[in-house]
Amino acid sequence: MIAAVPVETERRAARTGPLVELRGLTVEYGIGEGAVRAVDGVDLAIAPGEILGLAGESGSGKSTIANAMLQILRPPARIAGGQILFENEDLTTKSREELRKFRWRNVSMVFQSAMNSLNPVMRVGDQFVDMMRAHERISKRDSLKQAEGLLDLVGIDPRRIRSYPHELSGGMRQRVIIAMALALEPELVIMDEPTTALDVVVQREIVQQIRTLQRKLGFAVLFITHDLSLLLEVANRVAIMYAGEIVEEATSEEIHRAPRHPYTIGLMQSFPPLRGPVVRMSGIAGSPPDLAATPSGCRFHPRCPHCLPGDAALYARQTTERPRLREVAPGHRVACHLVERDG
Amino acid sequence: MRWFLRRLAFYVFAVWLALTLTFLLPRLMPGNPVGGLLQHLSPSQIQANPGIIATYEKLLGGNHESIPTAYWQYLGHVVHLNFGISTSNYPAKVSEVVGRTLPYSIALVGIAFVLAFVLGTAVGTVAAWRRGGGFDTFFVPLFLTLGAFPAYFTALLIVYFVGLKLGWFPFQHAYSTDVTPGLHWNFISSAIQHGILPALVIVLAYAGGWVLNMRTVMINTIGEDYVTMAQAKGLKDRRVMLRYAARNAILPPLNGFAPQFATAVGGVIFVELVFSYPGAGFTLQQAALGNDYPLTQALLLVFAICPIVAMFLTDLANLVLDPRVRTA
Repeated sequence: MIAAVPVETERRAARTGPLVELRGLTVEYGIGEGAVRAVDGVDLAIAPGEILGLAGESGSGKSTIANAMLQILRPPARIAGGQILFENEDLTTKSREELRKFRWRNVSMVFQSAMNSLNPVMRVGDQFVDMMRAHERISKRDSLKQAEGLLDLVGIDPRRIRSYPHELSGGMRQRVIIAMALALEPELVIMDEPTTALDVVVQREIVQQIRTLQRKLGFAVLFITHDLSLLLEVANRVAIMYAGEIVEEATSEEIHRAPRHPYTIGLMQSFPPLRGPVVRMSGIAGSPPDLAATPSGCRFHPRCPHCLPGDAALYARQTTERPRLREVAPGHRVACHLVERDG
Repeated sequence: MRWFLRRLAFYVFAVWLALTLTFLLPRLMPGNPVGGLLQHLSPSQIQANPGIIATYEKLLGGNHESIPTAYWQYLGHVVHLNFGISTSNYPAKVSEVVGRTLPYSIALVGIAFVLAFVLGTAVGTVAAWRRGGGFDTFFVPLFLTLGAFPAYFTALLIVYFVGLKLGWFPFQHAYSTDVTPGLHWNFISSAIQHGILPALVIVLAYAGGWVLNMRTVMINTIGEDYVTMAQAKGLKDRRVMLRYAARNAILPPLNGFAPQFATAVGGVIFVELVFSYPGAGFTLQQAALGNDYPLTQALLLVFAICPIVAMFLTDLANLVLDPRVRTA
């Protein structure tokens, strides 16, 4: 399966239009009055073969978007509106069986908790086997052979196929899951904080490996993390989330060079640059809003350093009117009244 | 392996403790076995046989040795399964009486308990998987209500309604009086028919606890990341439920099986009484009422050892089902 990769990459490159497109995606926890909107009208597109980064604080809705894309939201979470288009087909209207076949075959996912994502009572090999056999007619022996090849690909001794998860280190487990995620050659691999549970050295190795594999195999990646400096290194494009909304979206270089949204700027100042002189970290004052009682107007306004009553007209807009995402430069979208005013 | 050796040492200790307690308890109680046997005789009979007390003491072992010597003798007898002579079944040996009645109890209680566990965990699994659904809201309260009644009470209800009024199944004894025990179909089918109602009582009384136990553990397990990932892998719903969620959730209830078994023995004695089922519990009651010390002692020992055996089997099951235990 790995041999067929160059052709596959060409096929993917030849396709026009986005691979995945979210249109006004809204996810709510609960129903009626007490419902909490974790994701509120998100528009986002992922092109074939690109690495799109999704950054934001805890609780901003990043993982909820990931789970919604695979339709594995757990009640009381549910998709309350919008569309999830995969190759122009709306996933929200698919049947259970269609969705089951779609999962992992087209979009796979590497979970945050490397330590807990493998079934503790099943051998690693068997966890490959049941996944492969859920999607294609293949013998157990052949799927084990493929699993060995995949383990080798991520730098793990193929004999580990007979190991139980508790016999592997955290880094090894995460590599096993990455190998699993690539097994069916999906068009998109969602990486939901794939390195958060690992120590820094292993983190670096894993990220390097993801990039190498991505270049080799050409799948698209939705890389979710709160570590913006890591994201700028890995991703082609970055989207910044705040309180269930996307507030800025641009290429990594653009975000790095000229972030526009005050929240993005705050995030940038919360992480030390990997190289270069020592700078003072400023962070962002306040804490993320309670999604059950989101602030009126711009959701960031209570924490925004530029939201001051001095400019009465601007202040009124900031506190009452929700800013819309607007293109400020080609491919650079920002949702901010300040940017809107200054152009 | 080291884990297993540690467990083994624990079992040896537990069995020794059971032996010692069953040795001490009757000696701490008032009365003595010879006295029990003499009760069956009228004073004139005793007077007519002046040597009878000495004979009985010889036969049963009187209280003449020092406690340590008696203890040592007792341990030697137990090793040879020699528990003396049952005074209420005189002159049958205790080992014979136990051998005649215990298999019925083991078959009835063993099978009924395993059935209760299997049924309870199965209902708990499905209820947790479709939490809040129709199955969950109907069956869970039903089983809990049934399980809230003591076993002997359910037994009385079932004897009266299903046995007496409807007459669907026999409700007394372990087999019909017109068949002889043996390995032939007549006896086996009769034994199964006679076992259905008492087994039903035990299943109804104990399944509820397993439903609740399994449901709770299962709900926690469903929240585990490996279950979410199994779903994301595109596995069929059934497979995620059984091989990922239930397969892991079964481990804690399984470990609760042996302790539950130990506390349930008392309830089972009542069930045997209600159904006049000639098992070990029924015999124990007869022996205790008849002041049959040797038999009482042997049966108490059996009841003490049964949970230890159950625990040992649980450990073996753990060894098979949980790879993490194997390496510990």
